Amino acid sequence: MRHTLSILVRNDAGVLSRVAGMFSGRGYNIESLNVAPTLDPEVSNVTLVTGGDDKIIEQITKQLHKIISVIAVTDELENPKGFVNREMAMLKVFPKMEQRAEVLRVSEIFRGKIVHVDSKSFVVEVSGSQDKIQAMTELLRPLGLKELVRTGPLAMRRGN
Amino acid sequence: MTQNGADIFVESLKAEGVEVIFGYPGGAVLHIYDAIQRHGFPHILCRQEAAGLHMADGYARSTGKTGVALVTSGPGLSNAITGIATAYSDSIPMVIFSGQVPTNLIGTDSFQEADNVGLTRPVSKHNYLVRDVKDLAATIKEAFHIASSGRPGPVVVDIPKDVSGAHYKFSYPDDISLPHYQPRYEGHKGQIRRAMKMLLRAKRPVLYFGGGVVLSGASEEMTALVDLLKIPTTYTLMGIGGIPGDHPDSLGMLGMHGTYRANLAVDECDVLFAIGARFDDRVTGKLDEFSVNSKKIHIDIDPTSIGKCVETDIPIVGDVKNCLQQLLARLHEQDDPAGFHEQIAPWRARVADWNNEHPIAYEQHANGPLLPQFVLDKIFKMTEGKAVMTTDVGQHQMWAAQYYHAQHPNLWVTSGGLGTMGFGMPAAIGAQVARPDDVVIAVVGDGGFMMNIQELTTMVEQDVPVKIVLLNNQVLGMVRQWQEKFYDNRESSIDLSAQPDFMQLAEAFGLKGMQAHTAAEAEQILKDGFAYDGPVLMEFCTERGTNCYPMVPSGAPSAKMLTSDS
Ligand SMILES: Cc1ncc(C[n+]2csc(CCOP(=O)(O)OP(=O)(O)O)c2C)c(N)n1
Repeated sequence: MRHTLSILVRNDAGVLSRVAGMFSGRGYNIESLNVAPTLDPEVSNVTLVTGGDDKIIEQITKQLHKIISVIAVTDELENPKGFVNREMAMLKVFPKMEQRAEVLRVSEIFRGKIVHVDSKSFVVEVSGSQDKIQAMTELLRPLGLKELVRTGPLAMRRGN
Repeated sequence: MTQNGADIFVESLKAEGVEVIFGYPGGAVLHIYDAIQRHGFPHILCRQEAAGLHMADGYARSTGKTGVALVTSGPGLSNAITGIATAYSDSIPMVIFSGQVPTNLIGTDSFQEADNVGLTRPVSKHNYLVRDVKDLAATIKEAFHIASSGRPGPVVVDIPKDVSGAHYKFSYPDDISLPHYQPRYEGHKGQIRRAMKMLLRAKRPVLYFGGGVVLSGASEEMTALVDLLKIPTTYTLMGIGGIPGDHPDSLGMLGMHGTYRANLAVDECDVLFAIGARFDDRVTGKLDEFSVNSKKIHIDIDPTSIGKCVETDIPIVGDVKNCLQQLLARLHEQDDPAGFHEQIAPWRARVADWNNEHPIAYEQHANGPLLPQFVLDKIFKMTEGKAVMTTDVGQHQMWAAQYYHAQHPNLWVTSGGLGTMGFGMPAAIGAQVARPDDVVIAVVGDGGFMMNIQELTTMVEQDVPVKIVLLNNQVLGMVRQWQEKFYDNRESSIDLSAQPDFMQLAEAFGLKGMQAHTAAEAEQILKDGFAYDGPVLMEFCTERGTNCYPMVPSGAPSAKMLTSDS
């Protein structure tokens, strides 16, 4: 089962490797990892997607808590409705001439934004759930999708 | 008056009550060594950093205090890694200071630069790079707090040379602010109550405790629990001394080279109460077949230890000492333990029978080859288990664990989790420095002894009267045993017959050497060696092919022990 963990960390020396190293050292998988500042300049937020059965996720959560630089860990899956979960992606498409309109249509359906255009290609920006980005990727693939960058999901707890 | 970072370092150590540093100098720590000299701070010069770390470790294990080590940047720190990892595996409180190149050179591949924080991260409880002298005192305070609180462990503080050289005023903070690091000491009341009920309903209970009892200073409580309930009790390699070694309800050590009765008792029990232990694979053997019919209660201060290897029915996160006190208080409220004793009497009788089937025993013939078990048994009898014993790693370590029944905690000093050869002799130096009035014995094999042989110099220089017991079988005995058992006796790279003359070596290093080939000689040199005032190397020439039993073959269920050569 896939879990999105939101990990608040103190900005100590090497804090990212403390988190990432725990995963590699203990043989856990990281699907995606996103680090960003928070409102507190001494604290960062790591959003991390990992997988495993309940026992593994429990061990991962405990091991994260054990890292001295880790302030808090929340597992979105424990309370999926309690979280807003978004990911951003940029997709570069090189459509055939006759497919340029189709690219624009797909982008519109997914509320994408064309952030670059030239005579051969588009860069489409889109944000939303992972499923949505996956779906859009599949639709653009036959239209000449050549490059994809994703932020990995960001999660935020609703309310307090 | 302003001081420099190095002065602040020394003042901070004084404020922490540090008695001695084990270390080795180099360019990046020159300011610090200068301050050590100016302040006359006690420092013991090891002859290789890993050994220096083992000394600080032996100091910590034999006292319960935090051990302190100091090494230079680059190779100093990389040498120290083995010592840090050794302490980390066994949760030993230590603070290790490493020098670092000046901050403006970090990242430029400068001379003796290494990423100390990166190198030590996976083998330390926490680590710091101090970038500003203003943070130095507070960082040191935090490091000592983290090293010794919760589940203890080594903490590394990396100090760039410009930081130790920078001027600033010393003031030691009164407290620290780590709001998110709050180890849980007290056990959950409801869980303790449930644990008690489960325990008192058991017909075949076993107590299984580990190093947590020693680390939390809970041996009094642990002993009181055994005394009160008379439950058969076993312990891990790290738990030795947690209850008096000759306690009538002690089953001895469990696990790969544990006693027959301990492993069988754990296999057949209905309630297994784990206390400050972590179900290591050397304890459980084949995990799916480990104590399958028992309910499990588990106390540990580290939540990650609970449910990691074995499913737990009643988890209790908390400090062992605290939790046992809570449990004992509840038990004392209950009525008489006599009913419970009756309830478990058949079980205790059964466990006693197992001991008669396969006791830990040996037969030393007067004219036969000298047995290592005989030597260790003699040492136990001579010291009554009241001396500090450090060991190296291998067969001798397991025999020592089987025969040396330490009467108190902090007497048994061994590298359990990492199994670090080369640990025993330097650890004994640290222990003897910490406990100058006690007898300190280092039991070593001829393999591991050579790994840090240079520290004999330190021993002689410091005049610490360690009694070295070298069990010389001229082979990497434990590896030989595995090759015999699991590789059709094909010996590969284990022969140590090319070795120095240890008596000449003792003389060269300036310590007393004594050698025994027979049981009578062994008894004699033990007598002389213990009576001798100063460091002594007692060499016992034993047979090459002796195996250590019982033995649970790796990956086998722990109840399936080999008990003898046949
Ligand atoms: C640093 C290190 N290297 C290798 C090993 C693997 N090892 C475990 S026991 C052992 C043999 C030890 O031989 P010796 O010191 O002679 O003791 P004995 O087993 O003969 O008592 C070896 C090589 C280890 N534990 N530590």
